[in-house]
Formats: sequence, C-alpha cells, structure tokens
Amino acid sequence: MKIIDKLITWSLLKSPWILHFNSGACNGCDIEIVDALTPKYDVERFGIVLKATPRHADILVVSGPVTRQQAKRLKTIYEQMPEPKFVMAVGACGCSGGVFNGCYGVIPGVHQTLPVSVYIPGCPVRPEAIIDGVVKLIQSVEGKK
Amino acid sequence: MSKITIPFGPQHPALKEPENFMLVLEGEQITSAGINLGYNHRGMEKAAEERTYLQDLYLIERVCGICSHSHTTCYITNVEELAKCETPKRALAIRTLIGELERVHSHLLWLGVAGYEMGFETLFMYTWRDREQVLDCLELLSGNRVHYSINTIGGVRRDITAEQKTEVKKRINYLMERTNYYIKLATEEPTVLARTQKVGKLPLDVAIERGAVGPTARASGLARDVRKDEPYLIYNELDFKVITHNTCDVFGRLVVRALELVESYKMIHQVIDNLPEGPIAVKVPMKIAPGEAVNHYEAPRGEDIHYLKSNGTDKPERLKVRAPTLANLQSVAYMMEGGWLADVPLVIAAIDPCMSCTDRAAVWDAKKGKTEVYSWEEMRKMGIEHYKRRGVDFSKL
Repeated sequence: MKIIDKLITWSLLKSPWILHFNSGACNGCDIEIVDALTPKYDVERFGIVLKATPRHADILVVSGPVTRQQAKRLKTIYEQMPEPKFVMAVGACGCSGGVFNGCYGVIPGVHQTLPVSVYIPGCPVRPEAIIDGVVKLIQSVEGKK
Repeated sequence: MSKITIPFGPQHPALKEPENFMLVLEGEQITSAGINLGYNHRGMEKAAEERTYLQDLYLIERVCGICSHSHTTCYITNVEELAKCETPKRALAIRTLIGELERVHSHLLWLGVAGYEMGFETLFMYTWRDREQVLDCLELLSGNRVHYSINTIGGVRRDITAEQKTEVKKRINYLMERTNYYIKLATEEPTVLARTQKVGKLPLDVAIERGAVGPTARASGLARDVRKDEPYLIYNELDFKVITHNTCDVFGRLVVRALELVESYKMIHQVIDNLPEGPIAVKVPMKIAPGEAVNHYEAPRGEDIHYLKSNGTDKPERLKVRAPTLANLQSVAYMMEGGWLADVPLVIAAIDPCMSCTDRAAVWDAKKGKTEVYSWEEMRKMGIEHYKRRGVDFSKL
C-alpha cells in the first residue's frame, strides 16, 4: 500500500464525513439521521461530520426507496464522490423498498442503483442503529487495512 | 444586467428533501422563480387501492414522517365515517393528545431548521435537544419515536396510564420553560430580527388569493385554523386561541409557531386532566359499504385534506391526499420574487415544506387526453350541490 493510500484510510477512519441524500423517503429516517447529529446522540464527537457536497464526503447515507426521478441523480452524486467511498442504505425503504415495495414510482432498494456497504433496517431507524451502522462500517474498513 | 437562471436543488445543503427551484436572477436579486416537483413521487395513492383499509393505515402513516399522525387521523376519520362506527370518546381524546404532541415536535423541529438556515446554529442544537423530550413522551405513549401508529380503525391501540400522564406533564412543563426562552430569543435577538424581518413578504390579499394554509397564512393575518373553524376530534371542548400575526414575513411565521407551541402545551394539559373514561376501541368490519367521504385536519403545516371512496370491498376504490405544502408552494414563488438570493433557503424553510407529503399528489392526471376545464361558477355550483346531498346548505354564502 502506498503511503498516500495509508493516509487516506487513516483519515477516513478517524473522521468519516457523511453526505445525506433523501431519495424519496418519508422524512422519518431523515429526521432520525439529523437527530443522531444533534446533542442527545451527537455523533460529531466521534468525528462524524455532515457535509454539504458530495465532493467532500466519504460515506453516502441514502434514505428512502429511490424514486425513479431520483435514481439518476443519486448515481451522479455517487460518481462525484472521491474514492474510497461507501454507501449506507438507511431504513426499511433503503434496504428493500419497505412499505413502498410495489409502488410504480419506486425502484425498491438502494442496491438496485448503487453498490451498498451497510444496510440499516428499521422503519424508521433509531439513531442508535445509525451509530451502530457507522461503527460496523469503520470496523470492516479497519479489518481490510 | 443580463439574467441568469440557476437551479436550486434537488440536492442542496439547505434542503433536507428533494425539490427543485429554478431561480432567474438579475445580479443578486430574484426576478422570477419556478418550482419543479415530483422527485419524491412514489405512487402511494395507487398503492393504497391495492391494500386493505388496515394495511393502508400503515402506508398512509408513511406519507410523511413528521406529520404521520395527521395523515392517519384524517384517513381514519374517513374510514370510520364510511363504516358508520362510533369511535369511543377516550380514543378521540388520545388522538388529540398525540396530535398536539406531534405539533410540538414539528414546530420545535422547524424552529431548529429555521435557526440553521439563518446561520444561528446554536438555536438549532438547542431546539433539537429539547425536541427529544417530546419524542420521549411519544415513545412512552405509543412505543415509537417517529411513526407512532397509535391509531387503529375504530379507536387507538394503547391506553394511557396514570404514571404516563405525570411523566408527560413533567416533560411538557420543562418544555414550557424552554419555549418562553425561545419566544424571548425570537423577538429580541438582533441576529434573528435582522435575518427575518421584511423577508419573504406575503400580504394578506396574496395569501388569500394563493390559498395559503396553516402558520404561513396565519402569519399574514388570516385566522384560518381547521381546529377552530370546523372542530374535529375533541377540539370543540378545548380552550385555545388561534395565533395570528400581521407582519406577513418570516419573522411573523417564527412568532406564530413559537406562540402556537404554548397553545399546544395548554391543550396537552387540558386533555390529560380531562381524559374521559371508557373503552379505547370498537370493532369495525373489514368490508366497508360503498360511499364517499372528505375530511380535513389541521396538520402542523396547515390544512390536510383526504378524500376516500369505498366500493363495498375491504380495499378503497380511490384515495386522494392534498397535503398542506402543496397549498403553500404557490405562495413561496411569490415570496421569493424580488427577494435576495441569500434569503432563499430561509424563505423556503419558512413555510416548513414537506415534500414527501406533497409529491405523491403532484403528478396525477385525472383524465388523460380529455381535459375538462371548469369555470369558477361551475365549480361553486358543483360544490354547493355536493354539500346539499350531504345535508349542508352553502348556497347563501
């Protein structure tokens, strides 16, 4: 492994920057994601910071069942992210389409559009589950290192 | 100066949900704004036709994660009206309680988001910390933080015990204290005043013309509140004021929401203190006789309308939802025109947009290829006749 790659992995593990993308969710998961960032759960103390642009992000947090309108935008955003990048599918919708499975406007599951690293089930997910998902992702990257 | 058009969204740091605004700019000033919807369109109304009434309850709840109780209550009132079932008084009181707790959670959430858009992040962190108290109340009463699922056809799922009552009251008293601080902050803090006053103007006549609802309308001096105008659940027994403000700007919307929080706390205390005794649910048959029903509900964002048509089976024939944000979007376009680019996120946030509510409805073409245009008079006549059949005479209006 080159020294630069080592540096990138180290910084990713120390402070993963996330980008939140709503691909047609009902807002339930979205407010729980924001909840995880605010004082009660406060994941920022572990270096997890919400970023505004895909070009700064390491982890793409996708909530929602991916509507047909949003699918190509989701792909564009994923392509704009620098390597190494990971995708977290949040909520039952993100995992499988959830309650919206079978709706005509939906391509159920984020995995049909993007490669997914972590699935976090729940409708909506609890903030504890989101934190657990991030920790598991970091552990798996650490294992690969 | 030459004009340029810039897109705002669907992915934008200021927007938590996908929506797109095409802004035509002349320098820093906005000359016109167009709104594109449909990024969140999932096709829920069609999906509702393929599921039973009880399954639909959980689908309708997921129209929106913030006002989920509003949508289910509105839907279930329709179902109960069609099934001609007498919902127990205690169940209606519990629904009202959860509805008001939801309003508190939604308004606190909005206060935080507005603070964030102003660049006042401390306010965002404060309100979201306090919001946890309401979420704890909701979790205590229903078992869930976000989608409470307290409603079931014919009543509610869970009863309220004495310990739960004291616990909820304790938390509400704490929130009351905090809200007084927020009201002081909203009306005195120079940063808030500078960012909100005279921003996103919506005069009273425009608010009426564009059909604004909820706090957006009330901040323009329009006293429009379904809870007062046409009381549902047990609102006719509760003592509360309709808050209005006449500054017609973002500041007014901030004050209206902050003062509405206080009214909600009062109502929560009233409901808890006078909870009627009796059963919490009655049995309702799976199949529902043919008929039509329309109901409205004052969601945290404004008037929410549900239409339901049954056909004698256990599945609805047609369901239509008109969410409050759809009504308010027309006003947003007006508010942005002539304003500054830097104020756009705040102006959009000021109506508390909820795209997941709105977008299931935006792309619905009733009669493809055969468009029928009704004139205002015809529409009015149809409305009067429809209500006459239901026993209400509006012809004098």
